[in-house]
Amino acid sequence: MAQATVETATLETSVDSGVRSVRGSSLLSQLTRSASGFAGLIIVVLIVAMSLIAPLVVPEAKPNVNQIWSGPSSRHWLGTNNSGQDIVTLILRGGRTVIFVGFGAALLTTAIAVVIGSLAAYFRGRFDAIMLQITDIVMTIPQIILLAVMGAFFELNSPFALAALIGVLSWPVLMRSIRAQVLSLKEREFVEAARLLDLGTLRIVFMEIVPNMASFILINFIIAITNATYALIGMYVLGLAPMSGDNWGIMINDAWISGAMFNPNSMLYILAPVAMIVIMQLGLIMLSRSLEEILNPRLRDR
Amino acid sequence: MAETTMTAAKSDVNTETPILSVKDLVVRYTTGSKSYLDAVRGVSFDLYPGQSLALVGESGCGKTTLGLGLLRLLPRLGSVPSGSMTFVGKNNKPVDVLKLGTAALRRWRWEEAAIVFQGAMNSFNPVLRIGEQMADTMKAHLIDGHKPSKDEILDKSAEMLRAVRLEPKQVLPSYPHELSGGMRQRVLIAMSLLLDPRLLILDEPTTALDILTQRAIVDVLGELRERLGFTMIFITHDLALAAELADRVATMYAGRIIETGSVRDTFQNPRHPYTAGLINAVPPVTGDLPNLASIPGSPPSLATLPKGCAFRDRCSYAEDKCAEIDPELEMIESRLAGLSHTAACINWQQVHSPREVVTADA
Amino acid sequence: MPDPISSDPKSSDRPSSDRQTPLMELSGISQIFKTKRGDRPAVRDVNLTVNAGEVLCLVGESGCGKTTTARMAAGLTKPTDGTVAYNGQDIWSMDKDQFTEFRTSVQYVHQDPYASLNPIRSVYKTISAPLRKHGLSKGNDDSWKQASELLRRVDLTPPESYLSKFPHQMSGGQRQRVAVARALSLNPKLIIADESTSMLDVSIRVGMLNMLGRLRDELGVGFIFITHDLAIAKYFGWEGRTAVMYLGEVVEYGPTQQVINDPQHPYTRALLNAVPEPDPDLAAQKLPGGGLRSADIPSLAALPSGCTFHPRCPLFEEGLCDVTSPELSLIGSRREVACHVVARESGRAAADASVSVSG
Repeated sequence: MAQATVETATLETSVDSGVRSVRGSSLLSQLTRSASGFAGLIIVVLIVAMSLIAPLVVPEAKPNVNQIWSGPSSRHWLGTNNSGQDIVTLILRGGRTVIFVGFGAALLTTAIAVVIGSLAAYFRGRFDAIMLQITDIVMTIPQIILLAVMGAFFELNSPFALAALIGVLSWPVLMRSIRAQVLSLKEREFVEAARLLDLGTLRIVFMEIVPNMASFILINFIIAITNATYALIGMYVLGLAPMSGDNWGIMINDAWISGAMFNPNSMLYILAPVAMIVIMQLGLIMLSRSLEEILNPRLRDR
Repeated sequence: MAETTMTAAKSDVNTETPILSVKDLVVRYTTGSKSYLDAVRGVSFDLYPGQSLALVGESGCGKTTLGLGLLRLLPRLGSVPSGSMTFVGKNNKPVDVLKLGTAALRRWRWEEAAIVFQGAMNSFNPVLRIGEQMADTMKAHLIDGHKPSKDEILDKSAEMLRAVRLEPKQVLPSYPHELSGGMRQRVLIAMSLLLDPRLLILDEPTTALDILTQRAIVDVLGELRERLGFTMIFITHDLALAAELADRVATMYAGRIIETGSVRDTFQNPRHPYTAGLINAVPPVTGDLPNLASIPGSPPSLATLPKGCAFRDRCSYAEDKCAEIDPELEMIESRLAGLSHTAACINWQQVHSPREVVTADA
Repeated sequence: MPDPISSDPKSSDRPSSDRQTPLMELSGISQIFKTKRGDRPAVRDVNLTVNAGEVLCLVGESGCGKTTTARMAAGLTKPTDGTVAYNGQDIWSMDKDQFTEFRTSVQYVHQDPYASLNPIRSVYKTISAPLRKHGLSKGNDDSWKQASELLRRVDLTPPESYLSKFPHQMSGGQRQRVAVARALSLNPKLIIADESTSMLDVSIRVGMLNMLGRLRDELGVGFIFITHDLAIAKYFGWEGRTAVMYLGEVVEYGPTQQVINDPQHPYTRALLNAVPEPDPDLAAQKLPGGGLRSADIPSLAALPSGCTFHPRCPLFEEGLCDVTSPELSLIGSRREVACHVVARESGRAAADASVSVSG
């Protein structure tokens, strides 16, 4: 739950500009007015809360050779897997890594993109040119292949390493759009006014310009979570990430390899984690969509 | 005196029937599911053929909304809940503008009444040549009862462009972005006059233009009016421009007309403190330097208008009574053809605005 | 306000003596923009000075180079030729400390108060940022006090009701006053006002000008005041000087009272003639087209030969105006005009006068 409150808190502080356009009423109350946005928020908060709390409360699912591939029952609501573990328990405990890597990678991506994008646009010149070259290179290489190669090279046994890898590879697109926005924002007169007052370059970039993109950054942060989650799940499904511990990605991989698809009793082993991921992504997308509508007055129908 | 200037411009002025008669017009914007605000609150005036009426006031006083309302060009959330607008067209038959159907309304605009907006660039399609846009306008309408031929269209377009002092050979094949701001504005005026409308509404046609360009447009409008004899409503916040282009002035404040009169009456003897304040806020370029002052405060929000006179918070003549009565237009000097001087102020007899001179000529 | 600028010895005696070091001196500055379609000389060889506490108005149509000139004066762009001197020192050869001193002493008030205030900053944050950055305030309470004082200076009273507002909660006039208060925060010696009143409603323009005039009188701030509206230049710059610019050059320069009430250059005359008058009698006297031969401004990319004004000039003389470009020359005691015909006529008049005196 802590995570969830932190998240809503950042929502409120980082989007001054958005709040400005919705006339004083807080972002949260705006969100509750849009049905899909509110539903999205609830979904995301519930899944995040569940994934964070469950590992502390729910004991690990014990393998039970007598219960392999048992279908849904009152003891095992979603049945058991190929080693007789309870699928509900696995689902409850298996979200933490996925969410951690998703948020972590998105945070890293967004941070890199904002810092490099805004500085490149503000200073232009050689730094900008080099950064653009790098983004060109990174963007032309298919990400999943790059992840595969990197996954093979480095030991990715910690979620930190996974988050770092995905984060480091996915910033170029966002960096380019941040750069484009700063290029237009820095021509605005209030930036010139700040220069005339000699407020200092870093202050101008990060205190005057960047906060004006707060809503844009927030929305892209959420989109980055969905992208990072897909990348992570993709790595698991392809078996590029280490197969230790419980998580939804490993469940899918395991279910796929053991052919759970073809047995009605075991089908839930693959469908449950897929459903969780789909629901979470849906929640995130609904949230970002309605945030976009709230924060961007042009999209709002008035 | 004022009548003579007006009649000089147009010898066959009909002082009997107004070309446009507006009664208690209200323009309403829906602001929420149950909330609305009235941007125009009961405006009445009669406009006689050949006259030029200036609507003046600060931004947010409702003058542009009134202009749009007169042509029924209001945005989706705007409506006219009450009032009437009677227009006497080319066939001398009165039309109730508010009752026109979609097709009739489309014909009525352009053929009988046209509008020129501010910001000329937005009024053009950027990918069509000027000639094509002018032709499109004409093709949608009948001229003398028949579809105009290609030659007729070309002739008429060239004629109108020459009338606004543009060279048709150069302008017709150009794209909008190839023309300067002043040229674009003149093309718009030419386009609006293609179908010989009887009424032309101009909404801040010279804002954002340079002073010499503005002068050229003022000249062109004066010439056109003399030649074609159309009636004009001129919306502006620039009182000096109103003094040049209009023979009647109506000052608007908070969605109402609060003073009307001939240009001379209005500028030399304003009787509403707001008009006096506006005039006293314009620095003159000739002669001595007067002591000028702005009107304190800013226009009230139309959503939360106080009881009584809407101007009283900014008014130096305000007294307790002003909080009670929202004054109606009172006759000050009765004149013919809608040129009567009226003001909506209970203290109009005390209003005077002598200009104090601070520095003598160098 | 920590020590008011008026205590500065330089500005305490009023500027009329031209022998003191001018606050700002533009000597022969040019700005040539290189574009793919050739060079565009936005400003050519402009010489202007502003003394402490003095008003210099730059007037002209759009594209005449007045804003480019002002931006060079503010050190926002470097002239391609010529020098910009602040207190007698070339700003582009200053060391870092001197440049900071220049940067904070010369402030700019933009045209559009909607664009010049950061939409996500409250008024207090906007005004206190420079105070804090440059160590002019000691702590929060002091910042608050100084910001209130600055708001009072620009007639936003009571300041408490404005300090926590955001730009979108204020009218255009109020925002522009906040922009002025922000410019005042560093105790500037010179404020460059670039069409600062042109976006405001007519009804509040004069109040803004009166406020700026008071700042000039009370704080001794000098102004470079850019406007396309000669009536505004006249009103604000009555006791200062006015430079009329056309296609990047100064064509008439002198005391405002002379330039506006007795214009000499045919372009200045045309501009003045074109200004609409809020008086139907005066309006009727206007010459059509401002008395010009052509309404179109030539492109900067293809400037006319000789005097750049000759294709539009009512005084045009073939073989003279289209061949040589006129220099600014003194007409009368304090006014300069760049026109062959005016210079010749005034020379003749002066000669006649001297003849009649001696004879």
